Amino acid sequence: MKWNGWGYSDSRFFFNKKGQAEFTGRRYRLSGLIIPGLKDWFESTFGASLQHKTPATVSPILNSSAVQPPTLNEAFVEELKSTGIPLSHDAEDRVFRAHGHCLHEIFALREGKFGRVPDMVVWPNCHNDVVKIVELACKHNVCLIPYGGGTSVSSALECPPEETRSIVSLDTSQMLNESGYCTGHEPDSMEFSSLGGWVATRASGMKKNVYGNIEDLVVHVKMVTPQGVIEKSCQGPRMSTGPDVHHFIMGSEGTLGVVTEVTMKIRPMPEYQKYGSVVFPNFEQGVACLREVARQRCAPASIRLMDNEQFKFGHALKPQVSSIFTSFLDGLKKFYITKFKGFDPNRLCVATLLFEGDREKVLQHEKQVYDIAAKFGGLAAGEDNGQRGYMLTFVIAYLRDLGMDYYVIGESFETSVPWDRVLDICRNVKARIIRECKDKGVQFSPLSTCRVTQTYDAGACVYFYFAFNYRGLSDPVHVYEQVEHAAREEILANGGSLSHHHGVGKLRKEWMRDTVSKVGMGMLKSVKDYVDPNNIFGNRNLL
Amino acid sequence: MASEAVYTHRDPMLKKRDDFEDILEERRNSSDLRYALRCYIPVLYKELTPCKASELKSMVLQSDQLRYVINQVCKETGMAADEVQAEAAAILEEMAHRLQLSTIRFFAFTLSKVFKTLFRSICVNEEGIQRLQQAIHEHPVVLLPSHRSYMDFLLMSYILYTYDLALPVIAAGMDFMAMKFVGEMLRMSGAFFIRRSFGGDKLYWAVFSEYVKTMLKNGFAPVEFFLEGTRSRTCKSLTPKLGLLNIVMDPFLKGEVFDVSLVPVSISYERILEEALYARELLGVPKPKESTSGLFKARKVLSEDYGSIHVYFGQPVSVRSLAQNRVDRCQFNLIPRHIPRKPGEDIHSFVNDSAYRLVRAQEENMVLKPWVLLASLLLQNHHQMQVAEQKQGMALDELTEQAVWLRDLSRQYGAFLHWPDHVSPSEAVSSSLSLHRGLVRISEGRVQLALEQAGGQTRPGEPCSAVTPEEELLNQAVIILSCASYRNQALHIFLRPALLASAIHTASSSNKQEVYNSFSFLRNMFSNEFILCPGATVQDFEEACYLLVKTGVLQINQQEFVVTERGHRTLGFLTRMLDPFLQGYQVVCRFLCEDATEGLTEKQFVPAVRKFIIRHILTGRLRYTEVLSSDLQKNSLAALLRLGAVQKLKGGEEQGTLKVNKVMVNSLEDTLGGKLPTQKAVVARL
Repeated sequence: MKWNGWGYSDSRFFFNKKGQAEFTGRRYRLSGLIIPGLKDWFESTFGASLQHKTPATVSPILNSSAVQPPTLNEAFVEELKSTGIPLSHDAEDRVFRAHGHCLHEIFALREGKFGRVPDMVVWPNCHNDVVKIVELACKHNVCLIPYGGGTSVSSALECPPEETRSIVSLDTSQMLNESGYCTGHEPDSMEFSSLGGWVATRASGMKKNVYGNIEDLVVHVKMVTPQGVIEKSCQGPRMSTGPDVHHFIMGSEGTLGVVTEVTMKIRPMPEYQKYGSVVFPNFEQGVACLREVARQRCAPASIRLMDNEQFKFGHALKPQVSSIFTSFLDGLKKFYITKFKGFDPNRLCVATLLFEGDREKVLQHEKQVYDIAAKFGGLAAGEDNGQRGYMLTFVIAYLRDLGMDYYVIGESFETSVPWDRVLDICRNVKARIIRECKDKGVQFSPLSTCRVTQTYDAGACVYFYFAFNYRGLSDPVHVYEQVEHAAREEILANGGSLSHHHGVGKLRKEWMRDTVSKVGMGMLKSVKDYVDPNNIFGNRNLL
Repeated sequence: MASEAVYTHRDPMLKKRDDFEDILEERRNSSDLRYALRCYIPVLYKELTPCKASELKSMVLQSDQLRYVINQVCKETGMAADEVQAEAAAILEEMAHRLQLSTIRFFAFTLSKVFKTLFRSICVNEEGIQRLQQAIHEHPVVLLPSHRSYMDFLLMSYILYTYDLALPVIAAGMDFMAMKFVGEMLRMSGAFFIRRSFGGDKLYWAVFSEYVKTMLKNGFAPVEFFLEGTRSRTCKSLTPKLGLLNIVMDPFLKGEVFDVSLVPVSISYERILEEALYARELLGVPKPKESTSGLFKARKVLSEDYGSIHVYFGQPVSVRSLAQNRVDRCQFNLIPRHIPRKPGEDIHSFVNDSAYRLVRAQEENMVLKPWVLLASLLLQNHHQMQVAEQKQGMALDELTEQAVWLRDLSRQYGAFLHWPDHVSPSEAVSSSLSLHRGLVRISEGRVQLALEQAGGQTRPGEPCSAVTPEEELLNQAVIILSCASYRNQALHIFLRPALLASAIHTASSSNKQEVYNSFSFLRNMFSNEFILCPGATVQDFEEACYLLVKTGVLQINQQEFVVTERGHRTLGFLTRMLDPFLQGYQVVCRFLCEDATEGLTEKQFVPAVRKFIIRHILTGRLRYTEVLSSDLQKNSLAALLRLGAVQKLKGGEEQGTLKVNKVMVNSLEDTLGGKLPTQKAVVARL
């Protein structure tokens, strides 16, 4: 795993000597392939150039002398050692657990800048280990920060700089047992994130239409808090016993305790899987189609609608075509859509689909969805486009690292919004990003694009990607943050939520009060005050 | 911040404005027919989905907004849904424009002919046109021209056609539609017609607002309307009407568009076609109903010279930046946006403030001609001579000297003055006077208002003795009000310093606080009369102080105002500028205290107060004939109503009856006259 970038050390994009993009490793479908279109897209979209490089200023091997020496609570360390739970104050272990994947966090790491990092890492192996650690932390007044997969994008893992106590990172990632079942929960960060993290952040998965979001999947949760252990007495599928205590746990973002055990629903592995895609003449038609699909409650396991810019982006990621025949077919397809059907290549957009289930039902379902799409002017555009669309979500984070080598920084953020506002929010937020970039002195026009990634009865989840070329800016991260801040204000002003599944962390705390009202804040605070009066779980997220 | 986008309070002297280009010049040198038939490809809104006028109508009729209201009306009245739907369709039919290029081409041809005979030039700032073109491409655009003449909206469309810009759809009053043939012509050139009043008619409001919003959101065409609501008969800007501005801002506030650009346009006429018509109207000769034959009778105007027109397209104002840090758009998150809601207090005050700023922006870009300054001077002179019972008129060279002095002063105050610099001042003065020879008379080297002439003109052939004093007065008043309408064009330049000058004059001491109180009182009193942005008293006061200090009229020593030696001339001019209004408001107060009968209604108010004023003028107790202007009378009543000195009863038999609080009106009158200290009036009574 990389300590200053996304994912596995062996997987990364780079431009080879011919200037063609390649993806290394062998873990992904794209691995080992050449992507000929990426360079042109990259250069024309961002005005970037392969001549202008900004490699990470520090070597891939972490220099431990640059990290602050740990502040240790000797008594706590002594007692902990006697329990035999593995622990470490090695610099690399500590730095690795001091960040999530927000732009500013990665950018700082690439420059070799470390702020406050945890003073120590512990690896409990079971529930009882956690109980012991929490007891000792309370006894010696040590700050605990639970750590799962480290894929947070809400500054949730950042150590509060004002924290003077010893900070202990409680790594739970090794507590997961691989057992080969399917939960159907597939967030984009699935390879790296952890079950405890999913629960603690109210995560959402790509296939929630079939399996549900985390709150639908969880049957029982056990959490260790400074006040003791919280759990339910049985595993009834639904209970009317006052407000559901699980909801204090889901989304608590590590402020109340450590999730040690989760019972989840499992499903048989799907017999058959099929990708698909539909081209629409414009984004408006696409959204109308998704809304209709949601209204008829026939959404496939996943349905996503990419806007025109993102469609072009996906197109640029097409690997080198092996046969003349395929390229001929591609040309024919393009001709049919743009010339024969009259779609404007600068307006059309694509929905990607993923069906799961038994074969018969999938085919039936597929037909139903394509019939609806046809009513909105949609044309089926093949499995390949669909599959590539999903691949994009797994490699996008690797692409960001590539961009950062060439003066391009960017990130994604998400929201959820009622159906009648989807189009408005997409248009306004994208336009706001462009305007803010201009106002903040960004010299090149930014990439500002969105997709509708989830459908619900009452609305949709919308994802925004935003990236720009920062040549000529003295403090690009600050500019980036200002623009993201403005974009979030725009989202809220357009009736969007503060977050659909990324969570609040410290990044979006300032809007919590307006989001849940003053009384709502008071309710959350009083729970925190009861459960953790000494703020042992002191990551200061959420409230 | 956003406020700077519209205008800056500080230092109006530093204003930078664009140059003009005469669009008639090319018309005089090339074929009008070819011009009318030329290829016209305007730049359109980038997100426009092209649609026909008829599609627009069905979009409106099928909108959630309208369907909701139709349902509501059904429930309330028990009518069948399709009946109400049909009614909505009929309203829309009556309202909708049928913009078509052929009609525009017809107008392009005929107006070219007409304009060339009427006007010397039509000057347009081309940079403004370029900005507008950019704005039309980027966002939905609202054009907000000033309104001084019937000509305004044809002129606007004519200019936009000339520059290959998207043709606007224009909100016009229903009275135009009554003109048989012309109404339809206007409709086909982009006018849509709205009833003057439709207070409680929910369905009408819904159709109307949805129609405007649909056109705006789709970027179908720039939407044009007049913030002032109607033509200003006095040439002062009218306090803005908020209805349409509310409608066009709504799509932004609800997130339906990213932004809306508001473009203030200032149209200044060197000589207004309706000059005498307006004066008669203000004096109570009822406005003739718009009719086609009436328009043709107006043909004789074609033979006269109306000088030039200046049209200044101002800086587009982004609604988004106006609303930034001002409006919480989240307030629309919890109720479906298609359900009509009355705008909340914050939205109302936001729209109101914006409207005032936009009217101010219009004012500031109004081009002033030398005649405007001459009219101010001649009117002041007329009244001074009246008092002194001296020989009437001013010597021509004295007038020229004063005009040059005033020219420099007004430039220092930020006036957008077009004074011909290539000719000598005396030539500039005489050419202005000759253009307005209907209003002034020059004899034996003296210039005076053409008052005697006025009597003779209206009653040719009749012996003078047949004219009653009252009729003679009204005839003179026509001339005076016409002149005043030109002076009024310069009022916005001098208003703030003039308020300060009058405040210094009436305040009991020259202490800054004392003067401020007095200033604040006057400003409050006159806020129906002039464009004074709500809540900007302190800024206005500071601007006035700044200007008077900078031009060496005043010194401020330890919170005391000291008028300098050479400052008296300016101060005198400024106080005389405001004096007719001060006197006018006092007379209205006096009328309400002394002469108003019990049960006087709002309708009876103007005729009654007019009689009272005529009596006062004829007996020599009042020297300002222009107080006869019904505009001033109505404004003063509005001010008194706003201040609560007069109440309007509602409902029952007494509907519209005015109830006068005599004590309060009396004290207001005394304060205006400087007989009562302001402090007391402001704090204790207002």
